[in-house]
Amino acid sequence: MLYINCPHCGMRSQNEFSYGGDASVKRPELNKEVSDQEWDNFVYNRKSLRGKHLELWQHISGCRQWIKVERDTATHEIFRTFKADEEVA
Amino acid sequence: MQKYSIFNLVKNAFSNHENWDLAWKDPTPKEEYDVVIIGGGGHGLATAYYLAKEHNISKVAIIEKGWIGGGNVGRNTTIIRSNYMHDENGLFSEFGMDLWRKMSQDLNYNVMFSPRGIINLAHSDAQMNAYARRGNSMRLNGIDAVLLNREQVKEIIPMADFSENVRFPIFGGLMQPSAGTARHDAVAWGYARQADSMGVDIIQNCEVIGFDVSAGKIKGIRTSRGNIKAKKVGLCVAGSTNILAEKLNMTLPIETHLLQACVSEPIKPVLDNVVTFGAGHFYVSQSDKGEMVMGGDLDGYNSYAQRGNLPTLQHVLTEGIAMMPFLSKLKMLRTWGGIMDMSMDGSPIIDKTHIEGLYLNCGWCYGGFKATPASGWTFAHTIAQDRVHELNAGYNLNRFSTGHLIDEKGLGTKTWIS
Repeated sequence: MLYINCPHCGMRSQNEFSYGGDASVKRPELNKEVSDQEWDNFVYNRKSLRGKHLELWQHISGCRQWIKVERDTATHEIFRTFKADEEVA
Repeated sequence: MQKYSIFNLVKNAFSNHENWDLAWKDPTPKEEYDVVIIGGGGHGLATAYYLAKEHNISKVAIIEKGWIGGGNVGRNTTIIRSNYMHDENGLFSEFGMDLWRKMSQDLNYNVMFSPRGIINLAHSDAQMNAYARRGNSMRLNGIDAVLLNREQVKEIIPMADFSENVRFPIFGGLMQPSAGTARHDAVAWGYARQADSMGVDIIQNCEVIGFDVSAGKIKGIRTSRGNIKAKKVGLCVAGSTNILAEKLNMTLPIETHLLQACVSEPIKPVLDNVVTFGAGHFYVSQSDKGEMVMGGDLDGYNSYAQRGNLPTLQHVLTEGIAMMPFLSKLKMLRTWGGIMDMSMDGSPIIDKTHIEGLYLNCGWCYGGFKATPASGWTFAHTIAQDRVHELNAGYNLNRFSTGHLIDEKGLGTKTWIS
């Protein structure tokens, strides 16, 4: 069982959360010409890192907020959690 | 190579089976090969076998980080089927079914292929319609498909829940009678033994650290056991695809996810077929030892851990008990997890890359085991001829940018969509 520290609600079990994928992916800017490659990178291409991975989760059975979680994909250890709009240093 | 036969079995009995040849050797890496296959799993071993057999290329090495057959070919649920609707998947898998039927003879190794049939259960009228459509598409591609009504399903699997007041009543099902199971380890070992006998070097405990690429062309690989020159390199590393892609500065439409399976204690024969639950993701078959072999959904988050968590297992087995209530009385014997190369449309990739001489075989999602022979056969063709075969032409890498996705079930990495 993973335990995720929701920055809004505190420590909860993974049963309350839904996974949202790599949080480092950025949507291409709207007000400029977007190349096929940029769309590809946004929609499909993923690094899928082994080790520290910054990812999105939604606290779907709790506050329903999207959050960022820094987790090790090899050991499942969770290091830090952030609010969705928080900058991660 | 010593042939495995009843006569040799009797002959070797007189010497207490102490004089059998080794099934494959343990060579040290040579300086150079025509083709290097990275990954000594089912697909890699099959690729090397077909390179030697169909294309007379035997200066081939298989580079394996651990031991051969130690990854997903050693930790799957052994189901073989070709019950796909889309042409790309149907024709590819049905070509594979033919290789499966001949495999034990072809490899002189009993892979215990057991065409016991697979039944996908339907739980609504709409689902019956969808299955009728899929069944028709299958038959147009020469694949056997039978649409069963509730009574017919009940005759085959009376132990399923046919009571009136269930949440997901069984309306019927779609059956592919020629589908089945095989002994997974034997597939890896059979391919390894034949490939080795044709001159392929199977190099184990050898990790790939990097690649030598110059002027857009592959020159060789760097490994924990030294540098190896190669004219062509094929990647067959399933869940480790992203790790090697990073060393090649490639970003792929692949995420590595965790998939669990489990077996119960062995019981007397009760289930003759493979059965899948239609209102979720659960499937079950009974092994020759009597264990109920069960599997279902991904854990749902990126992982390289090769071990799962209990919430997913509980979710999957809840579906299993809804489908066949007697399963709740069984004790769990063991559970395990493997790491899946989940592609974004749920279909695989067998293609050339932008680097000359580098070939890619990945994205097998839940369905790598059954594809072993067809994947090896088409990948060997792609490498030997430097062009894709018509069977794997749809499994190209650029379909994601051109929009030609093969959305068999629309299931990629986003399991919550289903």
